[in-house]
Amino acid sequence: MNMKKTFTIGGVHPDENKLTATKPICELGLPKQAVYPLSQHIGAPSVPCVAKGDLVNVGTKIADAGGFMSAVIHSGVSGKVAKVDTVVDASGYRKPAIYIDVVDDVWEPTIDRSEDLVKECNLTPEEIIAKIKDAGIVGLGGACFPTHVKLMPPKDCKIDSLVINAVECEPYLTADHRLMLEHPDEIVVGVQILLKALGINKAFIGIEENKPDAIELLQSKVASVQGVEVVKLKTKYPQGGEKQLIEAVTGRQVPPPPALPASVGVVVQNVGTVYAVYQAVQKNKPLFERIVTVTGKSVQNPANLLVRMGTPISQVIEYAGGMPEDTAKLISGGPMMGRPLLNADVPVVKGTSGVLMLPEADAIRKEEQHCIRCSKCVQACPMGLEPYLLATCGELSDWERAEQEWIMSCIECGCCQSSCPSHRPLLDWVRLTKNKVGGIIRSRNTK
Amino acid sequence: MSSMILTAVIVLGITGLILAVVLFFISKKFAVEEDPRVVQINEILPGANCGGCGYPGCAAFAENCVKKGSLKGMRCSAASGEVMQQIAEILGDVVEQTTPKVAVVRCNGSCENRPRINVYDGASRCAIAHMMSGGETGCAFGCLGCGDCVEACKFDAIRMNPETGLPEVDQDKCTACGMCVSACPRNIIELRNKNKLDRRIFVSCVNKDKGPVAKKACAVACIGCGKCVKACQFEAITLENNLAYIDFEKCRLCRKCVDECPQHSILAVNFPERKKPAVEENVQTNQ
Repeated sequence: MNMKKTFTIGGVHPDENKLTATKPICELGLPKQAVYPLSQHIGAPSVPCVAKGDLVNVGTKIADAGGFMSAVIHSGVSGKVAKVDTVVDASGYRKPAIYIDVVDDVWEPTIDRSEDLVKECNLTPEEIIAKIKDAGIVGLGGACFPTHVKLMPPKDCKIDSLVINAVECEPYLTADHRLMLEHPDEIVVGVQILLKALGINKAFIGIEENKPDAIELLQSKVASVQGVEVVKLKTKYPQGGEKQLIEAVTGRQVPPPPALPASVGVVVQNVGTVYAVYQAVQKNKPLFERIVTVTGKSVQNPANLLVRMGTPISQVIEYAGGMPEDTAKLISGGPMMGRPLLNADVPVVKGTSGVLMLPEADAIRKEEQHCIRCSKCVQACPMGLEPYLLATCGELSDWERAEQEWIMSCIECGCCQSSCPSHRPLLDWVRLTKNKVGGIIRSRNTK
Repeated sequence: MSSMILTAVIVLGITGLILAVVLFFISKKFAVEEDPRVVQINEILPGANCGGCGYPGCAAFAENCVKKGSLKGMRCSAASGEVMQQIAEILGDVVEQTTPKVAVVRCNGSCENRPRINVYDGASRCAIAHMMSGGETGCAFGCLGCGDCVEACKFDAIRMNPETGLPEVDQDKCTACGMCVSACPRNIIELRNKNKLDRRIFVSCVNKDKGPVAKKACAVACIGCGKCVKACQFEAITLENNLAYIDFEKCRLCRKCVDECPQHSILAVNFPERKKPAVEENVQTNQ
């Protein structure tokens, strides 16, 4: 029974390359102009509530939620709204955005800027969730799912445990790792607040064993706290996937969609989100800054930075000593699930966990060859799917078959593509197929 | 020995005869009545099964023609007028006169006009490139150049031009079945009237960005200046989302807009060259 805990099916272990694990979090200076895209989260885009010429402070709400499944956006800078226009975001397309010209650094007076730890929380669960909603908090692991929605699971699901995702399984990224080392007390209080909001008393903090210092530190912090447990996990990608983490920590398997993690009684929150919840509930500080790892093998000064949202990524790169000459790909996020960026003017948004500059040798895809039926992709798939088959269904536009083969269960982790010896663009095809089948299912459901 | 062979022949012969009689009666009793017209129509259809008519294949089209009893609202885009006439005769109907159409690629962002500022190295399909990124150029609306339309065409009427990186339609082979139109993830290809002598005028751009942004991305992008709208005497041009569109039903092919356009994004195809040298470059195109 001494087997290390992890998920059972598939998974890969790419080179970790955690170059910035020992670099303390530094604060990045203010930008000249901050840009806030209105769709930074899953769900409906936000609706601007400021107009050109309005003065805003740090922490002022600049956009309302566009529905239940949406999130508010706060300004991370003080200054004047320059315009409400469009900006090319990480998707490569122009999306509506609010531009703010930065003047000084004036914070909203309601925000508690002291460093003191506030442990007591006398709010009711409803009040906590309302506060989280008003602070515009979304899942900071990268998917940006509105947190208040996750805290209100469907009525027929009985929640019994909270799992904190602190595995940071993406290579290169160390933002969560540093956060745990530098703010462990706040995280523990944040976990307790979330437990209260959910009305349960059992929480697990899942950490991979490649972060022994974080495991030790958090273990000592939760020793006196009832119901919170740190779980050491074997290092394996994609352990940060919600379903993989639930299996690794609790041993429960989430059934295929439309089932949710809540169907097996679990709510998962990222450790960065927990810290944001602490700040929102105890310090009245909305979500307007986050930790971003800026890294790459040939980057001069890789770092973990506390960045105000809206800051252009070019400024983050500048801090790290500029873009190295051999950079072939600039990626927002980690190397496995991140998005390649078209240019460095893209602003840092709620989901920007890292800025990665990959040199040519790592970034350029090798020439595609025929499938040799080695089934490496099948072995690697953490969802137990058959990626080669799904990709072929996509190539042949056989959407019906793809749906039967559970394409909607795919979490787009990229294990299949990274393990393919023929360098087939499996994930590209699977994404296209998932997109098409998703559209077909949605139109069928609305009928 | 010889009697054995004889027995075998006789036994087999008699069995065959009995089965033949049985089969004859069964075929009479359970005969499926098929309208001979369905077979007739199916025979003269092109048989490409392109789906341009909206039915799954030629046989289904033929069946539905006969079921309806007329050609109203039915059209095989691949068949010539002659074939449609024949089908009409079989059905005892008259052919609905429709204007012949042709697929038009509304993007002129060649490598020269629209510099590549990025590299896309994913799977070579427009649908994927469109989903994953804004493409290799600064224009998030224009042709991605992976050739989904070429693949979709059942009549070999679209080819990629390696020099421009854009697809080109062979107007003689194009049957206006519309498969390329639905294959293009960016809705660049449109079916437009063929007109007399195959002359066409159209805005060869689908960029909805504001003028300066569009201009920066592509030298021949429509910047939505509206000069063509003013120049048109027939109210055929509309301007929406920073993009001009010429209604081919209203256009009288006067070419006033072509002369007006400061971006040379309105193309006139198959017109004789004008004497004025100023507009020469607009007329030359392979479309």
